[in-house]
Amino acid sequence: MNKQKVILFSIIGLALLFVLGSYLYKGSQSEKIDEISKSNNEVFIREHSTIVGPEDAKVTLVEFFDPACEACRAFYPLVKKIMQENPGQIRHVFRYAPFHPDSDYIVKILEAAKKQDKYFEALEVLFHHQNKWASHHKPNIKMVWRILPSAGIDTEKLQEDLKDPKLEAIVLQDIADAKTLGVRKTPGFFVNGKPLQKFGYEELKAMIKSEIDK
Amino acid sequence: MRNNQQSSATNWNLAFFAWLVAIIATLGSLFFSEVMEFPPCTFCWYQRILMYPLVFIFLVGLFPFDKNVVRYAFPLAFVGWLIAIYHNLLQYEIIPESAAPCSQGVPCSAKYISWFDILTIPMLSLIAFSIILILLIILKKRLSS
Repeated sequence: MNKQKVILFSIIGLALLFVLGSYLYKGSQSEKIDEISKSNNEVFIREHSTIVGPEDAKVTLVEFFDPACEACRAFYPLVKKIMQENPGQIRHVFRYAPFHPDSDYIVKILEAAKKQDKYFEALEVLFHHQNKWASHHKPNIKMVWRILPSAGIDTEKLQEDLKDPKLEAIVLQDIADAKTLGVRKTPGFFVNGKPLQKFGYEELKAMIKSEIDK
Repeated sequence: MRNNQQSSATNWNLAFFAWLVAIIATLGSLFFSEVMEFPPCTFCWYQRILMYPLVFIFLVGLFPFDKNVVRYAFPLAFVGWLIAIYHNLLQYEIIPESAAPCSQGVPCSAKYISWFDILTIPMLSLIAFSIILILLIILKKRLSS
């Protein structure tokens, strides 16, 4: 065999190995998550989890997100749009994967805002001003406190509510569940317990659609 | 004359094996980060920076065989090998993490895989750099004699 052919076959062989390996790995991963979801449904939805949409919805969309993550911000209106296009069909579960430094504190603020019934107001205002408080991937907590009142949040009450030790437990539980489910990037989506195989808006939409049509 | 031909074929093979190791290491590390989604730590990045170009340096040096390939590949392989040693010392906790310059992001002492108890990712890197370095040294000796 001549030299060029040796190189060519090596490259083709290794590339095939790579593709085959990814295929097998992804397959075994989704099988693993399948098993987890069968034996332990709680890992997707905890008692504390915020849920939008009817309980008997055909599709349960679980999203692990980080308030400081740009992609999560971008997906927030997109998921809303998908839900509007399929009214009553989707139940959106909000879970946390605070991967950025100090993001866990922002998660606690969100959970504390829930006690004032301002969860989504807080989330939306934080997403809206994300480039101000979360720039350079280091949350500017002072800025967050300046932004929150514009969502109609009583910051004095919020500060009191933040002392609740349950908030820490919520954060730790969500981080543990994200780890169990192999979420390493945000937003991490699960449609009826199945992970989104290829990340992207169109892919998410297609996956939800196929579950609705089932 | 015949001896000469055989000898140059062996030299080509040595460089070819070095290329093979480099491309396997490259694809392997991409598999860990892109398929298995392990975020690479700082040291992993330095080792990648030194490993990935070797694929192209060896490939160019193979067609036609250029004995200078040893000179060009050696600095990358050697520095990569040093970093890999340091990284392994970190993972086996021979050097404490606090003395290491990677506190942000992924700690370099974090272990993602551990096959047969000793094969961690930095160990695979050290093995790859070591093989390439040994092949380069053999090649250098053969070419200068």
